[in-house]
Amino acid sequence: MAAAAAVVAESLAGYRARAARAVLEQVVLPGEELLLPEQEDGEGPGGTGERPLRLNAGARSRGRVVCGPGLRRCGDRLLVTKCGRLRHKEPGSGSGGGVYWVDSQQKRYVPVKGDHVIGIVTAKSGDIFKVDVGGSEPASLSYLAFEGATKRNRPNVQVGDLIYGQFVVANKDMEPEMVCIDSCGRACGMGVIGQDGLLFKVTLGLIRRLLAPDCEILQEVGKLYPLEIVFGMNGRIWVKAKTIQQTLILANILEACEHMTADQRKQIFSRLAES
Amino acid sequence: MEGTMQTETTIRAESGIESGPRGPSCSLRHFACEQNLLSRPDGSASFLQGVAEKSRERLIRNTCEAVVLGALHPRTSITVVLQVVSDAGSLLACCLNAACMALVDAGVPMRALFCGVTCALDSDGTLLLDPTAKQEKEARAVLTFALDSVERKLLMSTTKGLYSDAELQQCLAAAQAASQHVFRFYRESLQRRYSKS
Repeated sequence: MAAAAAVVAESLAGYRARAARAVLEQVVLPGEELLLPEQEDGEGPGGTGERPLRLNAGARSRGRVVCGPGLRRCGDRLLVTKCGRLRHKEPGSGSGGGVYWVDSQQKRYVPVKGDHVIGIVTAKSGDIFKVDVGGSEPASLSYLAFEGATKRNRPNVQVGDLIYGQFVVANKDMEPEMVCIDSCGRACGMGVIGQDGLLFKVTLGLIRRLLAPDCEILQEVGKLYPLEIVFGMNGRIWVKAKTIQQTLILANILEACEHMTADQRKQIFSRLAES
Repeated sequence: MEGTMQTETTIRAESGIESGPRGPSCSLRHFACEQNLLSRPDGSASFLQGVAEKSRERLIRNTCEAVVLGALHPRTSITVVLQVVSDAGSLLACCLNAACMALVDAGVPMRALFCGVTCALDSDGTLLLDPTAKQEKEARAVLTFALDSVERKLLMSTTKGLYSDAELQQCLAAAQAASQHVFRFYRESLQRRYSKS
């Protein structure tokens, strides 16, 4: 009985909050609490109040830390709510303490304001289109939210069309709303996606990897065949090449990129380039 | 009384689902019957006696509801489907562990992880953790606990059989110690998953 109690005490003690900086790039689990840099000093493991040397101590302690996806504020600490790798981005220009977020692998999309997504028009009712974006509710898209659209000059959108747009309203309490123009009224590549091509679904993590700057996969794919490609942050990719066979090959490569290592990918690309 | 009789007859006429009568002297559990469910054979029926199935679902649902941050997804239903591939004892604990891993894999926001641990007490009072089906059948009492990962708090407990108060505390302490191994396994398997990408 005493042995069991001792084991329990040790396991409970092991779950103290850890400093966020110490856990960067490691896998964190839901339920863990993280300390922000300002709180680290008094609560270090030794507890003797050793202050780490910092080059610009003033700017760091006055920063405002932004809590990104996968984290929630819980008192003065961060509570992890999703499983994934903890990441941090330094602030670009001085003020603020940067952003912390959890990079998780997920298939289900939750609408976020400002995200560019590919949607499928499911219904036309009066002045708005209902667009399926893969979330829990269809988004609404007004017919005036296209470049050059007026009450007389309606856009040519049918049920079943693919739309590339961005969210202007997306929170948990309201139905999401999307538009196909930016704040100046220009299309910027948004709107109805053309005929043919293939729409398929991948995980959200793969989309973020493909959209990161200097993505190798994208450069290699571009050298293979001439193609048109649209990425939606909701996990949907639309791809179109000269022939149907090339389109299917590209779709299969992009889906398989999820699981392949860089070497396997290079092998497949070199084999395809030869044939 | 007449109103009830009328409702019962209507139900019988429409869908072939009947509920057994429960008079004051009746000691049988609730039962329900459905007829003509399969189209191929000449006849078929399904008979449900007792509510064992429903209570296991209710226990798993209550544990999940205590841990999932439902406030972030209003007007949305989260469905967890559990399929038993093989039952080698400790079924409820296994279902709880599977539900937790599935929720983490789906990216549902949670305030902690949870796990299930089953204890069996046999006739001499020996404590067996994670009993097999045979050990469960021969045990004097079988206790299943759901524990959360932050402070090993008790989220849910369901027990069957005879046990004393001291034995309950002993089983709970043993389950809390065992849950450490389960959470370590969760952590290792999730780290392996994220190290591949």
